Amino acid sequence: MDAPELRDRVRRFLADHDAAGDRLAFLRARFDAGLAWVAFPEGLGGLGAPRALQPEVDDAFAAAGAPDNEPLRIGIGLGMAAPTILRHGSDAQRERFLRPLWTGEEVWCQLFSEPGAGSDLAALATRAVRNGDDWTVTGQKVWTSMAHEARWGILIARTDPDVPKHRGITYFVCDMRAPGVEVRPLRQITGEAEFNEVFLTDVRLPDTLRLGEVGDGWRVARTTLMNERVAIGGGAAPRESGMIGVVASTWRARPELRTSGQHDALMRLWVAAEVARLAGQRLREQLAAGQPGAEGSAAKFAYARLNQEISGFELELLGDEGLYYDDWTMRRPSIVDWQYRSPGYRYLRAKGNSIEGGTSEILANIIAERVLGLPPEIRVDVDVPWKELPR
Amino acid sequence: MTLLYSDVEEELRSAVRRLLDERSPWTAVLARVGGAEAYDPALWRALATDVGCAGLAVPEKLNGSGASWREAAVVAEELGRAVAPVPHLGAAMATAALLAAVDDGAPDGLLAAVAAGDTTAVLVLPLATPPATPVPATVTAAHGAVTGVVTGVADALAADLLVVPTVDGLWAVDAADARLVARTTLDLTRRLCDVAFDSAPARPLAGTDTVAPCWRAALRVGAVLLAAEQVGVAAWCLDATVAHLKVRHQFGRPVGAYQGLKHRLAELWVAITQARAAARYAAGCVTDGDPDAPVAVAVAQAHCSPVAVRAAEECVQMHGGVGFTWEHPAHLYLKRAKSAAIALGTAQRHRAALAALVDLPG
Repeated sequence: MDAPELRDRVRRFLADHDAAGDRLAFLRARFDAGLAWVAFPEGLGGLGAPRALQPEVDDAFAAAGAPDNEPLRIGIGLGMAAPTILRHGSDAQRERFLRPLWTGEEVWCQLFSEPGAGSDLAALATRAVRNGDDWTVTGQKVWTSMAHEARWGILIARTDPDVPKHRGITYFVCDMRAPGVEVRPLRQITGEAEFNEVFLTDVRLPDTLRLGEVGDGWRVARTTLMNERVAIGGGAAPRESGMIGVVASTWRARPELRTSGQHDALMRLWVAAEVARLAGQRLREQLAAGQPGAEGSAAKFAYARLNQEISGFELELLGDEGLYYDDWTMRRPSIVDWQYRSPGYRYLRAKGNSIEGGTSEILANIIAERVLGLPPEIRVDVDVPWKELPR
Repeated sequence: MTLLYSDVEEELRSAVRRLLDERSPWTAVLARVGGAEAYDPALWRALATDVGCAGLAVPEKLNGSGASWREAAVVAEELGRAVAPVPHLGAAMATAALLAAVDDGAPDGLLAAVAAGDTTAVLVLPLATPPATPVPATVTAAHGAVTGVVTGVADALAADLLVVPTVDGLWAVDAADARLVARTTLDLTRRLCDVAFDSAPARPLAGTDTVAPCWRAALRVGAVLLAAEQVGVAAWCLDATVAHLKVRHQFGRPVGAYQGLKHRLAELWVAITQARAAARYAAGCVTDGDPDAPVAVAVAQAHCSPVAVRAAEECVQMHGGVGFTWEHPAHLYLKRAKSAAIALGTAQRHRAALAALVDLPG
């Protein structure tokens, strides 16, 4: 499948389907035509085409005024659940989950982090116990975006406490409507609750919702985590998109705010944003040829610092206006809309960027160890049965 | 435009690296900096003629290889990696000026000789010339001769021919007809000299109207190659430091196991990854004649200069005591990096130039 052939397929699809008609019917048909994620296999929304051709397909649909699948709302499904299901799921699971995931009919969330397992995710304590064809899951998850709207969650839980921590984990798809699943909003420093706490109390999941082998959950989860970092840091973006665009617009519109010291500070940030963008572009070219590797960590690492520096600069640039905040009302947003919030919100929200999806410190370890080959951290717990670890 | 390296570029890189490993290991570079001959003419001949580096950006009909500044940037990266004592930057800037002059109808015989590596022509300008500087008036032309002094010129000591910009033209002057006074320089591997002309016979290459585009093309190509060179310098410093930290033990562990060092190197790697993307983009824009070239070049210089300096400073620091000694090559890279950060304008100058280009006035 090459670019001209793909272009032709998109053209024929658009000729045969009414972009202004029923939204869901259109999205389902696009999936069935293999034009959803073109790198996926035939029958699962793709055509086995090179990943690099995806932007062109998306652009063609956008240009035709076609409805999209609200990618920001279903980012966890698209960026994390889907690649994991594709790689580790059974045929039945791929059939069942991928289509409604892509069309946005079913929203996904990620049940990974726990109060006692953040950076050390593999130490997680949520238990899954097998009873015949079912599993009974009990535990607590945190930092769960979209849990309140999600139909499914990707879940990792401990199925064998008698072996070292990485070996006793199994990966499941959690039915968020199952009895015993309780979602509570978790208010953040921004005042809103983008995340949730999820309490799992004797939740029964059929064994058909297990993804991968029993005890192989850590390996499956690594697929999710690698894709998460790429999803967070490696998006396609034009120049001056993101926070630098907001600050640049303010600078242009408001000459009275400018000082010479801030001018060079602004230009430093502008350059930093531009080189991060170019590095992201180069990374995507590399990914088009293969799988996400540790380089995705670099993009996420750079993005976190950049957002924090730019949003901090923006507040000081604004001076007295930076002393105010738009609204502390507790809300549960579906999409992080920092563009339309006050600078104070951007400043506070950006603090999460170096924590979510792997802290910057952990990412620095990953780069140092996997890219540069420096000696690994001392790990005293890797050979100790999980149940014997101090908690 | 791709920001990756093509297979052809990787082959070129291997050929250049092989030659440099063989003919100019750091021990040889270090030995040379103590001697009388700052540049390595045999090495330059091999690079310019045998590998064909002198004519990469010159069209085939003018005796070049018909490649582009992208390939020349790959060579610059390798030369930075080896802090090779060759006049690549000054020669490339002269080539860029000559190419622009030929585009405007100047005779092309000189360019053909330069592309073949038979003549080493070097552009006469202060190495510290910042971006967007107009053609300097320090040298004047009259009656087919030039007079004046240009200070702090890079690579002229290795030149046969000097390409001299004046406000009313671009001139070719035989190096033998100028007085070159070598200066003691911070960078031991790219020497500077003051060039004095006293009614030196000069052949015209471009006139009053066309000298400015030649000058701008030279500055732009120089900045692109310098950015690539800085990527090479930074990459060597990171590689050498990582290798050292794996074997150097203190307190019973390799020092590379300590997060205080690991995290700094991880950050440096991220910065170098970005520098490579920025340098590739700038080289691509200049090659393609992309209208974004001025922005791309300013971004590349504003980012790559400080990254190379930081890499070299970390290299010295993380090598500890030995990194501060003359016998270790780290200082060659530190001196190159710091000088290169001033060459063709500091990062701050490029940020100022960029501000005007992207409508962010001070």
